Amino acid sequence: MSPAITLATARRILSQLRHDHRTLGLIVGVPSLLMVLLRYIFDQPGMFDRVGPPLLGVFPLVIMFVVTSVATLRERAGGTLERLMTMPLGKLDLLLGYALAFGLVALLQVGVVLAISLTWLGLEPAGSVGLLVAAAVLSALLGVALGLLASAFARTEFQAVQLMPAFVLPQALLCGLFVPREQMAGWLEAISTVMPLTYAVEAMQEVGREPEMTGTLAVDIAVIAGCVLAALVLGAATLRRRTP
Amino acid sequence: MMSSTSADPPQAAVSVRDLHVDRGGRPVLRGVSFEVPRGSVVGLLGPSGCGKTTLMRAIVGVQIVKSGTVTVLGRPAGDPALRRSVGYATQTPAVYTDLTVTENLRYFAAVLGASHRHVHRAIEEVGLRPHRDRQAATLSGGQRSRLSLAVALLGEPELLVLDEPTVGLDPLLRLELWELFHRLASRGTTLLISSHVMDEAARCRRLLLMRDGEILADDTPEALRARTKAADLEEVFLHLIAERREKSGPREKEGRP
Repeated sequence: MSPAITLATARRILSQLRHDHRTLGLIVGVPSLLMVLLRYIFDQPGMFDRVGPPLLGVFPLVIMFVVTSVATLRERAGGTLERLMTMPLGKLDLLLGYALAFGLVALLQVGVVLAISLTWLGLEPAGSVGLLVAAAVLSALLGVALGLLASAFARTEFQAVQLMPAFVLPQALLCGLFVPREQMAGWLEAISTVMPLTYAVEAMQEVGREPEMTGTLAVDIAVIAGCVLAALVLGAATLRRRTP
Repeated sequence: MMSSTSADPPQAAVSVRDLHVDRGGRPVLRGVSFEVPRGSVVGLLGPSGCGKTTLMRAIVGVQIVKSGTVTVLGRPAGDPALRRSVGYATQTPAVYTDLTVTENLRYFAAVLGASHRHVHRAIEEVGLRPHRDRQAATLSGGQRSRLSLAVALLGEPELLVLDEPTVGLDPLLRLELWELFHRLASRGTTLLISSHVMDEAARCRRLLLMRDGEILADDTPEALRARTKAADLEEVFLHLIAERREKSGPREKEGRP
């Protein structure tokens, strides 16, 4: 592993995005648009304060998942991954470079959507804005890490875009957004306990509800961070220097 | 380890022994053996689908091989120590189409630990200076493949493995690239260059003629012409195929129970 190569990789990915204004606009704009819609669908301040924060975690996660899985698939299919694998680049250099670049993009994305939510949309979370940003960026990073891992299971871009519904939607159904987890059948609740999105949503709910840092929130953050690292290491294991 | 490296003649940049590779359950390389002398330009010729790309992938160490050994610059192919000393350009240009020429080269240079000076030199050498700020997606096919070649040149590798680097180029550019290849060889670089165009063969110091996953001949262009008494290399190829058929024909019959 080499920090210089990791940084060069992150810079390269950011340059690629800089040339692609439309993608950058969609990454930053879509969660904000969805939050605006959400605010006016519920149209009651109390309701929005309850539903808003968890979705502030989910929207960036979903978008970063799709962007990352397609970006890494392009790297695999375009031959640049094979080229890099013949060079002195560590597998983790590449993955951390992606995580760093998309983490920065996620920071921008979360910054914009939060600014809009806290001002125009009148979101009033009980917890601090700092914790809200930290939890939202962490869940976006979880999307990046899961997207990197998931791209190993796709051969084409058609398959890659379908990984999002396959990986993310079951988690979204089970994470407690639609039905509280305690009310689910035992086996469903058990599944939701091992799904990373559950913890991202719970963390955002905690920040929305509790004025102080809670034990639950600390556990959630630790679990999400652990999942990000695990997904990155597993993702590195799916990169092969030699292929058939 | 020590004995295997000292057993290789020191002048060989690449030494391949009895290499077998299967892809998709079917044999692609069937017992290939040859050597590439250091500082030479060796052409790898054969029809498309004969196994040239697979052989090159095995030399740069990205191909899973079934059996046999591939030694590159005295080390097993794919050895981490070789990642700075072997440059590889695939047939389809492996560059980031959404980056400019310079941005592509800067990134790969950073990965290789090569300096900015190398970036400018590589752009210069492949003649992309007028296009250095253009996005790779807007380049023509030939320009993009020259960009891919420029990436392979970064860091002055000791061995260059180039898969069809001159496809689709106009004759003048092709000539310039071949001059570049010979200039690099005169500085001590070894080049293994594949092509399916016979007229490029004459520009190589040695030729490896491949067909159906086997090496038909490994010799200088002049020697091949003299041996087969053929006027051009197209004819040499036909002659060698016929020669191989005659040789292997009766043996195959004997081999069957």
